[in-house]
Amino acid sequence: MLANAKQFIMRVLTPFLLFPLAAAAQAQQSGTWREVLNMTPGVTEVSRQIYDLHMIILWICVAIGTAVFAVMFYSVIVHRKSRGYKAANFHESTTVEIIWTVVPALILVIIAIPATKTLVNLYDTSDAELDVKVTGYQWRWQYEYLGEGVQFMSDLSSSNDQIYNREEKGEFYLAEVTEPLVIPVDTKVRFLITANDVIHSWWMTDFGVKKDAIPGYINETWARVDKTGVYRGYCAELCGQGHAFMPVVVHVVEKDEFAQWLDDKKAEAETLRELASQQFSLEELMERGEGVHNRTCSACHQTSGEGIAGVFPPIKGSALALGPVEDHMNIVVNGSPGTAMQAFGGQLSEVDIAAVLTYQRNAWGNDTGDVVQPVDVLMFKQGQ
Amino acid sequence: MAHGPAKGIGRWLFTTNHKDIGTMYLWFSFSMFFLGGFFAMVIRAELFAPGMQLVDPNFFNQMTTMHGLVMVFGAIMPAFVGLANWMIPLQIGAPDMALPRMNNLSFWILPCAFIVLASTLFMEGGAPNFGWTFYAPLSTTYAPASVNYFIFALHIMGASSIMGSINIIATILNMRAPGMTLMKMPMFAWTWLITAFLLVAVMPVLAGAVTMILMDINFGTSFFDAAGGGDPVLFQHVFWFFGHPEVYIIILPAFGVISAIIPTFSRKPLFGYSSMVYATAAIAFLSFIVWAHHMFTVGMPIAGELYFMYATMLIAVPTGVKVFNWVTTMFRGSISLETPMLFAIAFVILFTIGGFTGVMLALAPADIQYHDTYFVVAHFHYVMVAGAVFSGTGAVYYWLPKWCGRMYNEALGKVQFWLAFIGFNIAFFPQHFLGLAGMPRRYADYSLQFADWNMVSSVGAFMYGAAQVLLLYNVLSTVIAGKKVTEPKTWEGAEGLEWTVPTPAPYHTFTTPPEVK
Repeated sequence: MLANAKQFIMRVLTPFLLFPLAAAAQAQQSGTWREVLNMTPGVTEVSRQIYDLHMIILWICVAIGTAVFAVMFYSVIVHRKSRGYKAANFHESTTVEIIWTVVPALILVIIAIPATKTLVNLYDTSDAELDVKVTGYQWRWQYEYLGEGVQFMSDLSSSNDQIYNREEKGEFYLAEVTEPLVIPVDTKVRFLITANDVIHSWWMTDFGVKKDAIPGYINETWARVDKTGVYRGYCAELCGQGHAFMPVVVHVVEKDEFAQWLDDKKAEAETLRELASQQFSLEELMERGEGVHNRTCSACHQTSGEGIAGVFPPIKGSALALGPVEDHMNIVVNGSPGTAMQAFGGQLSEVDIAAVLTYQRNAWGNDTGDVVQPVDVLMFKQGQ
Repeated sequence: MAHGPAKGIGRWLFTTNHKDIGTMYLWFSFSMFFLGGFFAMVIRAELFAPGMQLVDPNFFNQMTTMHGLVMVFGAIMPAFVGLANWMIPLQIGAPDMALPRMNNLSFWILPCAFIVLASTLFMEGGAPNFGWTFYAPLSTTYAPASVNYFIFALHIMGASSIMGSINIIATILNMRAPGMTLMKMPMFAWTWLITAFLLVAVMPVLAGAVTMILMDINFGTSFFDAAGGGDPVLFQHVFWFFGHPEVYIIILPAFGVISAIIPTFSRKPLFGYSSMVYATAAIAFLSFIVWAHHMFTVGMPIAGELYFMYATMLIAVPTGVKVFNWVTTMFRGSISLETPMLFAIAFVILFTIGGFTGVMLALAPADIQYHDTYFVVAHFHYVMVAGAVFSGTGAVYYWLPKWCGRMYNEALGKVQFWLAFIGFNIAFFPQHFLGLAGMPRRYADYSLQFADWNMVSSVGAFMYGAAQVLLLYNVLSTVIAGKKVTEPKTWEGAEGLEWTVPTPAPYHTFTTPPEVK
């Protein structure tokens, strides 16, 4: 107890003691003081319109603020009792009241014009050349290229060791993923945004795109990016404990490069479907299953399989993992309605589900010896 | 003179005296301010550097949720109800509140509500972790079991607020001294009258929202569950129909306090009294028709988006009128800078900055970038903290001598002001930069480019926290051992009935109504 308290106090105090040092080191190392100051114009027409609107309204506010505060500070400095200034007694003037009601109203009308134009442009999702469905999950994004048969999950790739300070953080800490969304440059891409569990919000700063991902809704938005590169954004709506850990990364590539990439992805999807009919050994499934578990299940059930008492149930030693395979498979494929346990049947391939079931039934001393094959999962799904 | 207060603990448990109840409200809100402030310190300590250091992300979310709930419902709202209890009868020449027993009840259920809410921190599964806005389905299907206690606590707080508001309306409409017409009332009474109507109108809406959540969780309904034919966006509409008037409920009484302090220390009457009243009423009316500007990214049709943008921009007009009137009140006054005046001037500056960012946020396309970032966090802390809390602090310094017959330490008051002012700005101004550069709010951890300003912000937050400890010390030392004052009029330039009664204000005042000419 005492040791814990001491440890806690040290953890609280260390940042303060190290503050001057750390601040200097960070300013030098990241060199981001200048970048983190204002909105950036971004790489789409909409994002530049938004940036211009932002700068106009910012300067209007600065101008009005300067005028108002100048009058106030003039009074505070000059009209002081300590300088013997005698108070005037005026306290009413309908004329000035009308002036300072009408003038701000006119300024607002003037700003409303570019704001309306930008909004109309932002809402125009017509004539898209490519449709991408974006689905928010706790806590990852799924991208599906509609009509192409290509879909994948995009998970955070910064390690737990980096998050818990056991390892040095990389340059793109919490802004890097296992597999980014890839879209072609100079192409109008329509994003169809929804969610599977709670509300998320898909935000790509540089595109001027932020749209809530809401279960039961499909929201539309679009972007035509005019510069290739890697762009990074975040989830913007509180979606639970993993809210800060589901970034958005988009690779914008040349059109022919995109076509090549899409073909590769289609071939990959085909391979995965073929794999589902093969048989695997326990070792192969355990190895693959560990990866799947740590990527997909450990946010709640922990890498130790112990869960979090009172919030997320354990898998280690649980009746479910030690009982009949069908029950276990049912929960993983169909989820548990009314709880945070999602239906992974549509998120993971048959191979991955078979692997993670095998892993969970044999790891952490569960040792059931059960080997679940992809074909079992396929038959379970079809038998429903 | 009638009898004095009862002896012992019974005085506080059974009192129907508006001054006793006002005092209890103020001390209660002060203690909640420290509780909510402690949560804020945990948040800022965790965000001091990238990576998870002190708490886990789930507990971090509990902290942001509890910080918001405790500050809004436990600190700011009861503080202004406390000020209303103490000052409104004194300002309108009434002997007490119109419904004194209900007054006692509306106070005493409040600590019960917060004990229920705070107890969730010690429950299995933890406290509410879905943000103070508790969007479904994060607050329904995915909520910890303690959500039912949260709902119960909110119901009690709502009942307390509604009772308090009815009491204020009844007092102001029925108990004004002869000759005190509505348009002669001090601005503080006016802003509270309008606030009370807002509260009576929207607190039942909040109660409705939490009741629907309760039904969804426990009784199989699907108000907000898409899988059962419900609508998660409906929740946001219902919540913000309460939530937007709620922010004016918080700020309008603050306007009233500032409209009392600035003329006093400018030794000049409030400029444009009637336009101030109309502006307050206009703001209150507009607050009901702009709620969906909190939802510009939910995918509303463009017509809805445009309407809510235009309506929201309109709020800048009456709010601007108020700021211009305060500045003109100071113009050609005879200004002195005692602590209450420092807080009032800081209020005008910082609230105006918060108002400017409010206009920026009103522009729907720009809000696409600002929404749910630290820019919003900065905006509403400029309005809530530099607005409501600075005004409340100014009010305490302003009326403390009248309440306890002792003068606070002016030098310490000034030190406290500067520490709070500088700390506040170091804490919250950089959050504008963070938000514009793309840092979302309610993040337990962040990417490296945000590290520097987060560290600065945390240092400012700790300074601001320290300033509050100084305030507590200054208030306590004044109440216990401050220099005694007996002049009815503490401040040279003060006007109003509260400055005609003896100092300290006796237990019963205006048992015979004063004449107002």
